[in-house]
Amino acid sequence: MSADLAIRLRGVVKRYDEITAVAGLDLDVPLGTCVGLLGPNGAGKSTTMRTLTGQSIADEGEVEVLGYRLPEESKQARVQLGVAPQLDNLDVTLTVEQNLLVFSHLYRIGRHDRRAAIERAIEMANLGDRRKTRVDKLSGGMRRRLLIARALVHRPRLVLLDEPTVGLDPQVRQELWALIDALRAEGTTILMSTHYIEEAQRLADTVLIMSHGKAVASGAPAELVAEHAGREAVEVYGPPPTLAEVEASARELGLRTRRTGTSVSVLGVEGIDGRAPEGERRPANLEDVFVLLTGEQID
Amino acid sequence: MAIAAPPRGARLGRLERPALTGVLVREIVNYSSYWRASAFSSTVEPTLYLLAFGFGFGSLVSTIGGYDYVEFVGTGTVATAVLFSSAFPAMFGTYVKYAFQRTYDAILAAPVDTEELVSAEALWMSMRAGVYGCVPLVVAIFFGLDPAWGMLTVPGIAFISGFGWANFGIAVAGFSKSIDNFSYIVSAVLTPLFLVAGTFFPLDGLPEVIQILGELNPLHHCVELVRGAAFGFDGWTDVLSVAYLIGFGLLMWRIAIHAMTRKLID
Repeated sequence: MSADLAIRLRGVVKRYDEITAVAGLDLDVPLGTCVGLLGPNGAGKSTTMRTLTGQSIADEGEVEVLGYRLPEESKQARVQLGVAPQLDNLDVTLTVEQNLLVFSHLYRIGRHDRRAAIERAIEMANLGDRRKTRVDKLSGGMRRRLLIARALVHRPRLVLLDEPTVGLDPQVRQELWALIDALRAEGTTILMSTHYIEEAQRLADTVLIMSHGKAVASGAPAELVAEHAGREAVEVYGPPPTLAEVEASARELGLRTRRTGTSVSVLGVEGIDGRAPEGERRPANLEDVFVLLTGEQID
Repeated sequence: MAIAAPPRGARLGRLERPALTGVLVREIVNYSSYWRASAFSSTVEPTLYLLAFGFGFGSLVSTIGGYDYVEFVGTGTVATAVLFSSAFPAMFGTYVKYAFQRTYDAILAAPVDTEELVSAEALWMSMRAGVYGCVPLVVAIFFGLDPAWGMLTVPGIAFISGFGWANFGIAVAGFSKSIDNFSYIVSAVLTPLFLVAGTFFPLDGLPEVIQILGELNPLHHCVELVRGAAFGFDGWTDVLSVAYLIGFGLLMWRIAIHAMTRKLID
Protein backbone atom coordinates (compact mmCIF):
# COMPACT_ATOMS: atom_id res chain seq x y z
CA MET A 1 0.00 0.00 0.00
CA SER A 2 1.21 3.47 -0.84
CA ALA A 3 2.45 5.17 2.33
CA ASP A 4 0.44 8.31 1.62
CA LEU A 5 -2.95 6.58 1.45
CA ALA A 6 -5.19 6.37 4.51
CA ILE A 7 -7.70 4.13 2.73
CA ARG A 8 -7.25 1.90 -0.28
CA LEU A 9 -10.09 -0.22 -1.66
CA ARG A 10 -9.73 -2.38 -4.75
CA GLY A 11 -12.58 -4.28 -6.35
CA VAL A 12 -14.58 -4.48 -3.12
CA VAL A 13 -17.78 -6.47 -3.39
CA LYS A 14 -20.31 -6.94 -0.60
CA ARG A 15 -23.48 -8.98 -1.12
CA TYR A 16 -26.46 -9.58 1.13
CA ASP A 17 -28.26 -12.60 -0.33
CA GLU A 18 -29.37 -11.46 -3.80
CA ILE A 19 -28.62 -7.78 -3.16
CA THR A 20 -25.18 -6.49 -4.08
CA ALA A 21 -24.63 -3.47 -1.83
CA VAL A 22 -21.10 -2.74 -3.04
CA ALA A 23 -20.23 -3.92 -6.53
CA GLY A 24 -16.51 -3.67 -7.22
CA LEU A 25 -15.60 -0.42 -5.54
CA ASP A 26 -12.17 1.19 -5.89
CA LEU A 27 -11.39 4.07 -3.54
CA ASP A 28 -8.23 5.94 -2.56
CA VAL A 29 -8.20 8.42 0.31
CA PRO A 30 -4.84 10.22 0.56
CA LEU A 31 -3.62 11.13 4.04
CA GLY A 32 -4.57 14.63 5.16
CA THR A 33 -7.47 15.03 2.74
CA CYS A 34 -11.23 15.12 3.06
CA VAL A 35 -13.00 12.80 0.65
CA GLY A 36 -16.75 12.93 0.17
CA LEU A 37 -18.65 9.77 -0.63
CA LEU A 38 -21.67 11.05 -2.44
CA GLY A 39 -24.61 8.97 -3.54
CA PRO A 40 -28.35 8.51 -3.21
CA ASN A 41 -29.85 6.33 -0.49
CA GLY A 42 -28.98 2.70 -1.11
CA ALA A 43 -25.88 3.52 -3.17
CA GLY A 44 -23.68 1.50 -0.79
CA LYS A 45 -22.13 4.32 1.23
CA SER A 46 -22.97 2.97 4.69
CA THR A 47 -21.90 -0.56 3.75
CA THR A 48 -18.59 0.87 2.54
CA MET A 49 -18.19 2.65 5.90
CA ARG A 50 -18.92 -0.56 7.81
CA THR A 51 -16.37 -2.39 5.68
CA LEU A 52 -13.73 0.10 6.81
CA THR A 53 -14.39 -0.64 10.49
CA GLY A 54 -14.40 -4.40 9.99
CA GLN A 55 -18.10 -4.66 10.82
CA SER A 56 -18.81 -5.81 7.28
CA ILE A 57 -16.47 -8.29 5.67
CA ALA A 58 -16.04 -7.82 1.93
CA ASP A 59 -16.89 -10.89 -0.16
CA GLU A 60 -14.26 -9.92 -2.72
CA GLY A 61 -11.53 -7.35 -3.13
CA GLU A 62 -8.87 -5.70 -0.99
CA VAL A 63 -9.45 -3.34 1.93
CA GLU A 64 -6.57 -1.46 3.56
CA VAL A 65 -6.95 1.17 6.26
CA LEU A 66 -3.95 3.15 7.53
CA GLY A 67 -1.69 0.49 6.11
CA TYR A 68 -3.49 -2.40 7.79
CA ARG A 69 -5.14 -5.12 5.76
CA LEU A 70 -8.74 -5.84 6.72
CA PRO A 71 -10.37 -7.85 8.13
CA GLU A 72 -7.23 -9.53 9.59
CA GLU A 73 -5.72 -6.34 11.04
CA SER A 74 -8.93 -4.44 11.59
CA LYS A 75 -8.35 -4.01 15.32
CA GLN A 76 -4.99 -2.33 14.74
CA ALA A 77 -6.59 0.07 12.29
CA ARG A 78 -9.41 0.89 14.70
CA VAL A 79 -6.90 2.10 17.31
CA GLN A 80 -6.27 5.09 15.05
CA LEU A 81 -9.73 5.41 13.56
CA GLY A 82 -12.66 7.52 14.75
CA VAL A 83 -16.22 6.85 13.62
CA ALA A 84 -19.27 9.10 13.85
CA PRO A 85 -22.18 6.94 12.71
CA GLN A 86 -25.30 8.07 10.94
CA LEU A 87 -27.54 6.73 13.70
CA ASP A 88 -27.11 8.31 17.10
CA ASN A 89 -25.85 5.58 19.44
CA LEU A 90 -24.83 7.68 22.44
CA ASP A 91 -25.60 6.43 25.93
CA VAL A 92 -28.57 8.67 26.58
CA THR A 93 -28.72 8.34 30.37
CA LEU A 94 -25.09 9.43 30.71
CA THR A 95 -23.76 12.98 30.66
CA VAL A 96 -21.61 14.45 27.92
CA GLU A 97 -18.51 13.92 30.05
CA GLN A 98 -19.42 10.35 30.96
CA ASN A 99 -19.93 9.42 27.30
CA LEU A 100 -16.47 10.73 26.50
CA LEU A 101 -14.98 9.03 29.55
CA VAL A 102 -16.31 5.66 28.40
CA PHE A 103 -14.81 6.09 24.93
CA SER A 104 -11.52 7.36 26.30
CA HIS A 105 -11.26 3.90 27.90
CA LEU A 106 -12.46 2.06 24.81
CA TYR A 107 -9.89 3.93 22.73
CA ARG A 108 -7.15 3.05 25.22
CA ILE A 109 -6.11 6.56 26.23
CA GLY A 110 -3.68 6.33 29.14
CA ARG A 111 -4.86 7.35 32.60
CA HIS A 112 -2.70 10.47 32.69
CA ASP A 113 -3.91 11.75 29.32
CA ARG A 114 -7.59 10.94 29.77
CA ARG A 115 -8.73 14.18 31.40
CA ALA A 116 -6.98 16.35 28.80
CA ALA A 117 -8.42 14.26 25.96
CA ILE A 118 -11.96 14.65 27.28
CA GLU A 119 -11.49 18.41 27.78
CA ARG A 120 -10.16 18.81 24.27
CA ALA A 121 -13.08 16.88 22.76
CA ILE A 122 -15.60 18.92 24.78
CA GLU A 123 -13.95 22.14 23.66
CA MET A 124 -13.85 21.07 20.03
CA ALA A 125 -17.56 20.24 20.11
CA ASN A 126 -18.29 23.48 21.95
CA LEU A 127 -20.13 21.63 24.71
CA GLY A 128 -18.29 23.15 27.68
CA ASP A 129 -21.41 24.43 29.38
CA ARG A 130 -23.21 21.09 28.81
CA ARG A 131 -20.56 18.76 30.15
CA LYS A 132 -22.77 17.63 33.06
CA THR A 133 -25.95 17.45 30.99
CA ARG A 134 -27.48 14.06 30.27
CA VAL A 135 -27.57 13.23 26.58
CA ASP A 136 -31.35 12.87 26.53
CA LYS A 137 -31.55 16.55 27.53
CA LEU A 138 -29.40 17.76 24.61
CA SER A 139 -30.73 19.15 21.33
CA GLY A 140 -30.28 17.17 18.09
CA GLY A 141 -27.39 19.38 17.02
CA MET A 142 -25.58 19.03 20.34
CA ARG A 143 -25.97 15.26 20.20
CA ARG A 144 -24.47 15.21 16.74
CA ARG A 145 -21.56 17.36 17.90
CA LEU A 146 -21.03 14.98 20.80
CA LEU A 147 -21.04 12.00 18.41
CA ILE A 148 -18.26 13.67 16.44
CA ALA A 149 -16.38 14.64 19.63
CA ARG A 150 -16.61 11.01 20.77
CA ALA A 151 -15.01 9.94 17.48
CA LEU A 152 -12.19 12.44 18.04
CA VAL A 153 -11.44 11.85 21.72
CA HIS A 154 -8.30 9.79 20.95
CA ARG A 155 -7.07 12.14 18.17
CA PRO A 156 -7.46 9.58 15.39
CA ARG A 157 -5.48 9.83 12.16
CA LEU A 158 -8.57 8.95 10.14
CA VAL A 159 -12.20 9.89 10.84
CA LEU A 160 -15.23 8.31 9.18
CA LEU A 161 -18.28 10.55 9.20
CA ASP A 162 -21.42 8.75 8.03
CA GLU A 163 -24.02 11.32 6.97
CA PRO A 164 -22.85 13.77 9.66
CA THR A 165 -25.62 16.34 9.19
CA VAL A 166 -28.57 14.27 8.05
CA GLY A 167 -31.87 15.46 9.45
CA LEU A 168 -30.48 18.66 10.98
CA ASP A 169 -31.70 22.18 10.33
CA PRO A 170 -29.50 24.55 8.29
CA GLN A 171 -28.04 26.47 11.25
CA VAL A 172 -26.94 23.30 13.02
CA ARG A 173 -25.60 21.92 9.76
CA GLN A 174 -23.42 25.00 9.36
CA GLU A 175 -22.10 24.59 12.92
CA LEU A 176 -21.07 21.05 12.09
CA TRP A 177 -19.47 22.11 8.84
CA ALA A 178 -17.31 24.52 10.83
CA LEU A 179 -16.35 21.67 13.16
CA ILE A 180 -15.45 19.36 10.27
CA ASP A 181 -13.55 22.14 8.53
CA ALA A 182 -11.50 22.76 11.69
CA LEU A 183 -10.69 19.07 11.81
CA ARG A 184 -9.60 19.15 8.19
CA ALA A 185 -7.42 22.18 8.86
CA GLU A 186 -5.66 20.19 11.61
CA GLY A 187 -4.63 17.64 8.99
CA THR A 188 -6.93 14.81 10.02
CA THR A 189 -7.93 12.55 7.15
CA ILE A 190 -11.69 12.45 6.71
CA LEU A 191 -13.96 10.17 4.74
CA MET A 192 -17.45 11.60 4.84
CA SER A 193 -20.50 9.97 3.31
CA THR A 194 -23.34 12.30 2.48
CA HIS A 195 -26.21 12.74 0.13
CA TYR A 196 -26.16 16.52 0.63
CA ILE A 197 -24.41 17.89 -2.40
CA GLU A 198 -23.66 21.27 -0.86
CA GLU A 199 -21.93 19.53 2.03
CA ALA A 200 -19.62 17.59 -0.27
CA GLN A 201 -18.95 20.68 -2.39
CA ARG A 202 -18.00 22.80 0.63
CA LEU A 203 -15.97 20.31 2.64
CA ALA A 204 -14.46 17.69 0.37
CA ASP A 205 -11.16 18.00 -1.47
CA THR A 206 -12.31 15.21 -3.72
CA VAL A 207 -15.66 13.57 -4.22
CA LEU A 208 -16.48 10.02 -5.21
CA ILE A 209 -19.98 9.61 -6.59
CA MET A 210 -21.51 6.19 -5.95
CA SER A 211 -24.48 4.60 -7.61
CA HIS A 212 -25.67 1.01 -7.22
CA GLY A 213 -22.59 0.09 -5.23
CA LYS A 214 -20.07 1.40 -7.77
CA ALA A 215 -17.99 4.53 -8.20
CA VAL A 216 -19.36 6.37 -11.22
CA ALA A 217 -17.05 9.40 -11.02
CA SER A 218 -14.38 10.87 -8.79
CA GLY A 219 -12.35 14.04 -8.60
CA ALA A 220 -12.34 17.54 -7.18
CA PRO A 221 -15.88 19.01 -7.15
CA ALA A 222 -15.02 21.77 -9.62
CA GLU A 223 -13.33 19.30 -11.99
CA LEU A 224 -16.33 16.98 -11.89
CA VAL A 225 -18.67 19.84 -12.69
CA ALA A 226 -16.51 21.03 -15.59
CA GLU A 227 -16.14 17.50 -16.96
CA HIS A 228 -19.76 16.37 -16.77
CA ALA A 229 -21.93 19.52 -16.73
CA GLY A 230 -19.84 22.22 -18.32
CA ARG A 231 -19.59 25.77 -17.05
CA GLU A 232 -23.10 27.09 -17.38
CA ALA A 233 -26.66 25.83 -17.41
CA VAL A 234 -29.96 27.34 -18.50
CA GLU A 235 -33.00 26.53 -16.45
CA VAL A 236 -36.25 26.60 -18.36
CA TYR A 237 -39.63 26.65 -16.63
CA GLY A 238 -42.92 25.74 -18.25
CA PRO A 239 -45.63 23.13 -18.62
CA PRO A 240 -44.53 19.51 -19.27
CA PRO A 241 -44.97 19.67 -23.10
CA THR A 242 -42.72 22.76 -23.26
CA LEU A 243 -40.10 21.06 -21.10
CA ALA A 244 -40.20 18.01 -23.37
CA GLU A 245 -39.63 20.25 -26.40
CA VAL A 246 -36.67 21.93 -24.68
CA GLU A 247 -35.19 18.52 -23.92
CA ALA A 248 -35.61 17.41 -27.54
CA SER A 249 -33.99 20.59 -28.89
CA ALA A 250 -31.09 20.25 -26.46
CA ARG A 251 -30.51 16.67 -27.57
CA GLU A 252 -30.35 17.82 -31.18
CA LEU A 253 -27.63 20.28 -30.17
CA GLY A 254 -25.76 17.48 -28.39
CA LEU A 255 -26.38 18.97 -24.94
CA ARG A 256 -27.27 17.11 -21.78
CA THR A 257 -30.35 17.98 -19.75
CA ARG A 258 -31.80 17.12 -16.40
CA ARG A 259 -35.21 17.64 -14.88
CA THR A 260 -35.23 19.82 -11.76
CA GLY A 261 -38.81 19.39 -10.56
CA THR A 262 -40.81 22.07 -12.35
CA SER A 263 -38.08 22.95 -14.80
CA VAL A 264 -35.49 21.43 -17.07
CA SER A 265 -31.82 22.37 -16.95
CA VAL A 266 -29.86 22.41 -20.17
CA LEU A 267 -26.20 21.89 -19.31
CA GLY A 268 -22.99 23.05 -20.96
CA VAL A 269 -24.60 25.99 -22.77
CA GLU A 270 -21.48 28.17 -22.66
CA GLY A 271 -20.32 27.04 -26.10
CA ILE A 272 -23.54 27.56 -28.06
CA ASP A 273 -24.16 31.29 -27.94
CA GLY A 274 -27.35 32.28 -29.71
CA ARG A 275 -28.76 28.76 -29.83
CA ALA A 276 -29.28 28.25 -26.11
CA PRO A 277 -32.92 28.15 -24.99
CA GLU A 278 -34.48 31.12 -23.26
CA GLY A 279 -34.31 30.77 -19.49
CA GLU A 280 -32.45 31.49 -16.30
CA ARG A 281 -28.70 31.20 -16.76
CA ARG A 282 -26.71 29.88 -13.80
CA PRO A 283 -23.35 28.22 -13.15
CA ALA A 284 -23.42 24.44 -13.47
CA ASN A 285 -23.03 22.71 -10.12
CA LEU A 286 -22.30 19.40 -8.46
CA GLU A 287 -25.99 18.61 -8.16
CA ASP A 288 -26.19 18.60 -11.96
CA VAL A 289 -23.37 16.06 -12.06
CA PHE A 290 -24.93 14.00 -9.28
CA VAL A 291 -28.29 13.70 -11.04
CA LEU A 292 -26.70 13.08 -14.43
CA LEU A 293 -24.61 10.24 -13.07
CA THR A 294 -26.95 8.64 -10.56
CA GLY A 295 -30.20 9.07 -12.50
CA GLU A 296 -33.29 11.22 -12.10
CA GLN A 297 -35.49 8.47 -10.73
CA ILE A 298 -35.29 7.17 -7.20
CA ASP A 299 -34.97 3.35 -7.17
CA MET B 1 -1.45 12.75 22.87
CA ALA B 2 -2.48 10.73 19.82
CA ILE B 3 -2.68 7.02 20.43
CA ALA B 4 0.48 5.17 19.46
CA ALA B 5 0.08 3.05 16.35
CA PRO B 6 0.41 -0.68 16.93
CA PRO B 7 3.54 -2.02 15.22
CA ARG B 8 2.92 -2.98 11.59
CA GLY B 9 2.40 -6.69 11.18
CA ALA B 10 1.95 -7.31 14.91
CA ARG B 11 -1.65 -8.32 15.40
CA LEU B 12 -3.29 -7.16 18.59
CA GLY B 13 -4.17 -10.08 20.78
CA ARG B 14 -7.47 -11.68 21.71
CA LEU B 15 -9.20 -10.91 25.00
CA GLU B 16 -7.01 -7.91 25.72
CA ARG B 17 -7.28 -6.25 29.09
CA PRO B 18 -7.79 -2.68 27.73
CA ALA B 19 -10.70 -3.85 25.56
CA LEU B 20 -12.35 -5.78 28.42
CA THR B 21 -11.79 -2.84 30.77
CA GLY B 22 -13.31 -0.41 28.28
CA VAL B 23 -16.53 -2.40 28.01
CA LEU B 24 -16.65 -2.92 31.79
CA VAL B 25 -16.15 0.81 32.41
CA ARG B 26 -19.08 1.53 30.12
CA GLU B 27 -21.25 -0.86 32.12
CA ILE B 28 -20.11 0.51 35.46
CA VAL B 29 -20.68 4.14 34.44
CA ASN B 30 -24.11 3.24 33.06
CA TYR B 31 -24.92 1.26 36.19
CA SER B 32 -24.58 4.44 38.22
CA SER B 33 -27.67 5.73 36.42
CA TYR B 34 -29.93 2.68 36.85
CA TRP B 35 -28.59 0.70 39.82
CA ARG B 36 -31.66 1.26 41.98
CA ALA B 37 -34.09 -0.28 39.49
CA SER B 38 -31.71 -3.12 38.71
CA ALA B 39 -30.99 -3.95 42.33
CA PHE B 40 -34.69 -3.74 43.14
CA SER B 41 -35.85 -6.18 40.47
CA SER B 42 -32.98 -8.60 40.94
CA THR B 43 -33.29 -8.88 44.71
CA VAL B 44 -36.87 -8.14 45.64
CA GLU B 45 -38.36 -10.78 43.35
CA PRO B 46 -36.38 -13.76 44.71
CA THR B 47 -36.91 -12.43 48.22
CA LEU B 48 -40.66 -12.42 47.63
CA TYR B 49 -40.41 -16.03 46.44
CA LEU B 50 -38.48 -16.84 49.60
CA LEU B 51 -41.04 -15.18 51.83
CA ALA B 52 -44.09 -16.49 49.96
CA PHE B 53 -42.88 -20.10 49.67
CA GLY B 54 -41.00 -20.09 52.95
CA PHE B 55 -43.90 -18.89 55.04
CA GLY B 56 -46.71 -20.11 52.77
CA PHE B 57 -45.55 -23.70 52.28
CA GLY B 58 -43.55 -23.44 55.46
CA SER B 59 -46.78 -23.45 57.43
CA LEU B 60 -47.71 -26.80 55.76
CA VAL B 61 -44.26 -28.37 55.46
CA SER B 62 -42.03 -27.88 58.45
CA THR B 63 -38.89 -29.71 57.26
CA ILE B 64 -37.42 -31.11 54.06
CA GLY B 65 -34.41 -33.41 54.17
CA GLY B 66 -33.79 -32.44 57.76
CA TYR B 67 -33.81 -28.67 57.08
CA ASP B 68 -36.42 -26.11 58.09
CA TYR B 69 -38.41 -25.28 54.98
CA VAL B 70 -37.45 -21.58 55.25
CA GLU B 71 -33.79 -22.62 55.30
CA PHE B 72 -34.37 -24.99 52.36
CA VAL B 73 -36.02 -22.27 50.28
CA GLY B 74 -33.69 -19.53 51.53
CA THR B 75 -30.68 -21.35 50.18
CA GLY B 76 -32.51 -22.46 47.03
CA THR B 77 -33.63 -18.99 45.97
CA VAL B 78 -30.01 -17.90 45.60
CA ALA B 79 -30.15 -19.70 42.25
CA THR B 80 -33.34 -17.83 41.39
CA ALA B 81 -31.64 -14.51 42.15
CA VAL B 82 -28.68 -15.55 40.01
CA LEU B 83 -30.99 -16.45 37.11
CA PHE B 84 -32.97 -13.23 37.44
CA SER B 85 -29.85 -11.06 37.56
CA SER B 86 -27.99 -12.74 34.72
CA ALA B 87 -30.09 -14.54 32.09
CA PHE B 88 -32.91 -12.02 31.95
CA PRO B 89 -30.84 -8.81 31.76
CA ALA B 90 -28.52 -10.54 29.32
CA MET B 91 -31.37 -11.43 26.97
CA PHE B 92 -33.18 -8.12 27.05
CA GLY B 93 -30.16 -5.85 27.60
CA THR B 94 -28.16 -7.40 24.78
CA TYR B 95 -31.06 -7.22 22.35
CA VAL B 96 -31.81 -3.61 23.20
CA LYS B 97 -28.15 -2.63 22.93
CA TYR B 98 -27.62 -4.08 19.48
CA ALA B 99 -31.03 -3.62 17.88
CA PHE B 100 -32.40 -0.40 19.33
CA GLN B 101 -29.58 1.60 20.93
CA ARG B 102 -26.89 0.46 18.47
CA THR B 103 -24.43 0.57 21.34
CA TYR B 104 -22.49 -2.41 20.06
CA ASP B 105 -21.90 -0.73 16.69
CA ALA B 106 -20.19 2.11 18.56
CA ILE B 107 -18.10 -0.25 20.69
CA LEU B 108 -17.02 -2.40 17.74
CA ALA B 109 -15.87 0.71 15.86
CA ALA B 110 -13.29 1.07 18.68
CA PRO B 111 -10.47 -1.50 19.03
CA VAL B 112 -12.74 -4.10 20.63
CA ASP B 113 -13.66 -7.46 19.08
CA THR B 114 -16.94 -9.31 19.47
CA GLU B 115 -15.23 -11.92 21.65
CA GLU B 116 -14.04 -9.19 24.03
CA LEU B 117 -17.40 -7.45 23.98
CA VAL B 118 -19.33 -10.62 24.85
CA SER B 119 -16.79 -11.68 27.48
CA ALA B 120 -16.83 -8.33 29.25
CA GLU B 121 -20.62 -8.12 29.18
CA ALA B 122 -20.90 -11.64 30.63
CA LEU B 123 -18.27 -10.87 33.26
CA TRP B 124 -20.14 -7.76 34.32
CA MET B 125 -23.45 -9.61 34.63
CA SER B 126 -21.87 -12.48 36.53
CA MET B 127 -20.27 -10.03 38.97
CA ARG B 128 -23.71 -8.55 39.57
CA ALA B 129 -25.14 -12.06 39.97
CA GLY B 130 -22.41 -12.76 42.52
CA VAL B 131 -23.65 -9.85 44.62
CA TYR B 132 -27.41 -10.11 44.03
CA GLY B 133 -27.32 -13.86 44.58
CA CYS B 134 -26.39 -13.30 48.21
CA VAL B 135 -29.47 -11.24 49.02
CA PRO B 136 -31.91 -14.16 49.61
CA LEU B 137 -29.30 -15.76 51.85
CA VAL B 138 -29.03 -12.60 53.94
CA VAL B 139 -32.82 -12.42 54.18
CA ALA B 140 -32.94 -16.10 55.19
CA ILE B 141 -30.36 -15.43 57.90
CA PHE B 142 -32.60 -12.64 59.13
CA PHE B 143 -35.43 -15.20 59.32
CA GLY B 144 -33.47 -17.80 61.20
CA LEU B 145 -30.91 -19.48 58.88
CA ASP B 146 -27.71 -20.05 60.87
CA PRO B 147 -24.69 -18.24 59.36
CA ALA B 148 -21.82 -20.53 58.35
CA TRP B 149 -18.25 -19.93 57.15
CA GLY B 150 -19.03 -21.85 54.02
CA MET B 151 -21.46 -19.12 52.99
CA LEU B 152 -18.46 -16.95 52.11
CA THR B 153 -18.18 -19.08 48.96
CA VAL B 154 -21.72 -18.16 47.84
CA PRO B 155 -20.66 -15.02 45.88
CA GLY B 156 -18.20 -17.23 43.99
CA ILE B 157 -20.80 -19.90 43.32
CA ALA B 158 -23.26 -17.24 42.17
CA PHE B 159 -20.56 -15.69 39.96
CA ILE B 160 -19.69 -18.97 38.22
CA SER B 161 -23.34 -19.85 37.78
CA GLY B 162 -24.17 -16.30 36.65
CA PHE B 163 -21.43 -16.42 33.99
CA GLY B 164 -23.13 -19.38 32.33
CA TRP B 165 -26.59 -17.85 32.51
CA ALA B 166 -25.41 -14.44 31.30
CA ASN B 167 -23.85 -16.08 28.27
CA PHE B 168 -27.00 -18.14 27.78
CA GLY B 169 -29.00 -14.87 27.69
CA ILE B 170 -26.54 -13.22 25.29
CA ALA B 171 -26.71 -16.26 23.01
CA VAL B 172 -30.51 -16.19 23.03
CA ALA B 173 -30.43 -12.49 22.10
CA GLY B 174 -27.88 -13.22 19.39
CA PHE B 175 -29.95 -15.97 17.79
CA SER B 176 -33.34 -14.24 18.12
CA LYS B 177 -34.79 -12.37 15.17
CA SER B 178 -37.27 -10.53 17.39
CA ILE B 179 -37.47 -9.63 21.04
CA ASP B 180 -40.93 -11.24 21.07
CA ASN B 181 -39.27 -14.64 20.59
CA PHE B 182 -37.92 -14.39 24.13
CA SER B 183 -41.37 -15.50 25.33
CA TYR B 184 -40.65 -18.99 23.94
CA ILE B 185 -37.37 -19.18 25.83
CA VAL B 186 -38.83 -17.89 29.08
CA SER B 187 -41.86 -20.21 28.97
CA ALA B 188 -40.32 -23.32 27.44
CA VAL B 189 -36.79 -23.23 28.87
CA LEU B 190 -36.23 -20.94 31.81
CA THR B 191 -39.48 -21.54 33.70
CA PRO B 192 -39.15 -25.36 33.65
CA LEU B 193 -35.48 -25.10 34.64
CA PHE B 194 -36.38 -22.69 37.40
CA LEU B 195 -39.04 -25.10 38.73
CA VAL B 196 -36.95 -28.28 38.40
CA ALA B 197 -33.89 -26.98 40.22
CA GLY B 198 -34.66 -28.22 43.70
CA THR B 199 -35.34 -24.69 44.87
CA PHE B 200 -38.81 -25.13 46.32
CA PHE B 201 -39.03 -28.92 46.56
CA PRO B 202 -36.46 -31.71 46.33
CA LEU B 203 -36.00 -33.52 43.04
CA ASP B 204 -36.10 -37.02 44.53
CA GLY B 205 -39.89 -36.99 44.76
CA LEU B 206 -40.28 -36.36 41.04
CA PRO B 207 -40.58 -38.97 38.24
CA GLU B 208 -37.23 -40.49 37.30
CA VAL B 209 -37.03 -38.82 33.90
CA ILE B 210 -37.54 -35.41 35.50
CA GLN B 211 -34.93 -36.26 38.12
CA ILE B 212 -32.40 -37.04 35.40
CA LEU B 213 -33.26 -33.82 33.58
CA GLY B 214 -32.97 -31.98 36.88
CA GLU B 215 -29.46 -33.34 37.37
CA LEU B 216 -28.53 -31.80 34.02
CA ASN B 217 -29.97 -28.45 35.06
CA PRO B 218 -27.16 -26.01 35.95
CA LEU B 219 -29.50 -24.20 38.32
CA HIS B 220 -29.83 -27.40 40.33
CA HIS B 221 -26.05 -27.57 40.73
CA CYS B 222 -26.05 -23.97 41.91
CA VAL B 223 -28.77 -24.81 44.47
CA GLU B 224 -26.84 -27.86 45.68
CA LEU B 225 -23.62 -25.90 46.07
CA VAL B 226 -25.32 -23.11 48.00
CA ARG B 227 -26.91 -25.68 50.30
CA GLY B 228 -23.48 -27.22 50.72
CA ALA B 229 -22.11 -23.79 51.61
CA ALA B 230 -24.81 -23.30 54.21
CA PHE B 231 -25.09 -26.79 55.68
CA GLY B 232 -21.76 -28.45 54.85
CA PHE B 233 -20.16 -29.43 51.55
CA ASP B 234 -20.52 -32.93 50.18
CA GLY B 235 -16.97 -33.68 48.98
CA TRP B 236 -16.58 -34.84 45.38
CA THR B 237 -20.26 -34.33 44.59
CA ASP B 238 -19.81 -30.61 45.09
CA VAL B 239 -16.52 -30.59 43.17
CA LEU B 240 -18.38 -32.19 40.26
CA SER B 241 -21.10 -29.53 40.57
CA VAL B 242 -18.47 -26.78 40.38
CA ALA B 243 -16.94 -28.48 37.34
CA TYR B 244 -20.37 -28.78 35.76
CA LEU B 245 -21.07 -25.07 36.27
CA ILE B 246 -17.66 -24.12 34.85
CA GLY B 247 -18.30 -26.38 31.85
CA PHE B 248 -21.73 -24.87 31.35
CA GLY B 249 -20.23 -21.37 31.54
CA LEU B 250 -17.47 -22.12 29.02
CA LEU B 251 -19.87 -23.79 26.59
CA MET B 252 -22.36 -20.93 26.79
CA TRP B 253 -19.53 -18.39 26.45
CA ARG B 254 -18.39 -19.82 23.11
CA ILE B 255 -21.99 -20.15 21.87
CA ALA B 256 -22.70 -16.53 22.87
CA ILE B 257 -19.61 -15.30 21.00
CA HIS B 258 -20.64 -17.28 17.92
CA ALA B 259 -24.21 -15.94 18.05
CA MET B 260 -23.16 -12.32 18.50
CA THR B 261 -20.47 -12.48 15.83
CA ARG B 262 -23.11 -13.66 13.37
CA LYS B 263 -25.37 -10.84 14.49
CA LEU B 264 -22.87 -7.98 14.60
CA ILE B 265 -20.41 -8.74 11.79
CA ASP B 266 -21.95 -9.24 8.37
